[in-house]
Amino acid sequence: MTTLSDIKSRPIYAGLKVDDMARRHLVAAEGEGALAVIEAFSRAPDALDRTTILYCPAGSAAMGHDTALADLNPDVFHLAPSPQTLLVRLNVMLSTATMGTRLYATGTEGFIGAVIAAALPFGVDHHSIYTEHRGSLARRVQCVHCKGMTENVTATPFTCSHCGLTLFVRDHYSRRLGAFQGVCVDAEEPGVIPPVEELYK
Amino acid sequence: MGLQFKTETFRDDFTFSNSPEAIHRFPFPFDSDSYMYSVNIEQHMPGPPKSHVEFPIDIDEHYVAEMQDRAMVLKEDPLRCQALPHMLTAEWDLVELLMESMSKHYPEHFSLTKDGDRWHWVNRPLGIDQRFTFGDTATLPYPPMEYVTRQCQGDFALIDQRNDMLFMDAGMITTQADWSLDFDIGMSWTEWHGPVPLAHDLGIMDRALKFLLNLQQGRPVRRLNWTMTVNPRLDTSPENYHKWGVDRTTVTPENVGDKVHLRVELQALWRLPRSNAIVFSIRCYLIKMSELVTIPKWGRRFPRILKGLPPELAEYKGLTRYRDMTIKYLEQFDDGAPTSPGFFPD
Repeated sequence: MTTLSDIKSRPIYAGLKVDDMARRHLVAAEGEGALAVIEAFSRAPDALDRTTILYCPAGSAAMGHDTALADLNPDVFHLAPSPQTLLVRLNVMLSTATMGTRLYATGTEGFIGAVIAAALPFGVDHHSIYTEHRGSLARRVQCVHCKGMTENVTATPFTCSHCGLTLFVRDHYSRRLGAFQGVCVDAEEPGVIPPVEELYK
Repeated sequence: MGLQFKTETFRDDFTFSNSPEAIHRFPFPFDSDSYMYSVNIEQHMPGPPKSHVEFPIDIDEHYVAEMQDRAMVLKEDPLRCQALPHMLTAEWDLVELLMESMSKHYPEHFSLTKDGDRWHWVNRPLGIDQRFTFGDTATLPYPPMEYVTRQCQGDFALIDQRNDMLFMDAGMITTQADWSLDFDIGMSWTEWHGPVPLAHDLGIMDRALKFLLNLQQGRPVRRLNWTMTVNPRLDTSPENYHKWGVDRTTVTPENVGDKVHLRVELQALWRLPRSNAIVFSIRCYLIKMSELVTIPKWGRRFPRILKGLPPELAEYKGLTRYRDMTIKYLEQFDDGAPTSPGFFPD
């Protein structure tokens, strides 16, 4: 069994802490990531009047995390209905962000990856982004054959949502794509599919 | 003394083969009867006449057919050639390196004349006559890296260096041994080598990185890497694995000599003058088992190598399904006699 640290290309999510030196805090959070934001910023309340929080509840819609985040009373709180709409707003904010802005990303790995991938074209070094993984271990996977992305993959092998090939999830991660690599599992013996393992719940 | 370029294919009917001269100059990668990973980097110095390292950029009898195969790959999948925008200076550096080397060492096939920034490139085997302005992308029919690597054997990656790390930020990769440029582009050295087994724990990746960060301009280096391929297929990409993977089940005791190929990569690295980037060239050579055994020393040595290969490596190289059959075939040519040290035929 491969452990997390065996995957050399996978980022290390070191955990959220508030950067005292930042002039502006830009926080992108999804689902259970709200709890990481609350924990970090409760310890540094002085930063909140320089903080923008973008949040989408995703699978945690029933948990009321949005109310708890709004109660932090940051400078800006925006509740997005989906990760995609959150990223649209994040892109615009990154395009006008100034020196001294610290970016934070927390939630599922797929969400963190999407935030990092969105920030890269703006010249944000991925090492400078503070990240914390919360919620499910589901993976975002790119099919190496058709290049289609499948979100929330919890098991391997799985069926590519675009081309229909049966893919195993390789422990190889691209930050640029924010995704793991999916490779045809039965290329050598078509139709011979190993049992499905729920590895990424 | 010009090269005779062969008409042959690396797909469908697979008519590729090596002439006796090409077999003799094949970069056999084993200097003893056992194999394990090592950094094995040496200066990319000129080697013996007619050898694969006589010149820095090796052009051989397969040149025209390989360039035709590359064009077919790119037509089906343009993502095999990509460059991040900050690599443009390195792309021009590569144009200079390849055109200068090819025209200097193969003047009967390639010529380059310069009048300041106005360059005139002639590629006779491919019937290309191009005048362009060095540094002006609008004067070439393709971006600079794509233009020149459509005319040079080998895959090429352009590697940026910053923060004491190397990043794979551009490449023309159509003959790869099962890795995806589209997936790996932008990755750091450590990330793109992530899937390689054993080598990280042996400290090989860290030592090689340290070495390459200090690579000097004008002092290129090289190493050999190897794997095996069923059928002389250049495009063993992961993108097309669902199409070629089944090849691995088609080896039989009757066809093993012609179907199974040793695939050797001559990897060379140059520091580039303007961009400070590094060119990583991966020049692929294929040889059938039936061709390999015509060199008695190699026929003895290669089955010994295959027998001693650690299982993780056999798995990573995708040999598991046909290794035993290949060993059995090759053993007919191993009389047990000792082999002389070194790579070259006796």
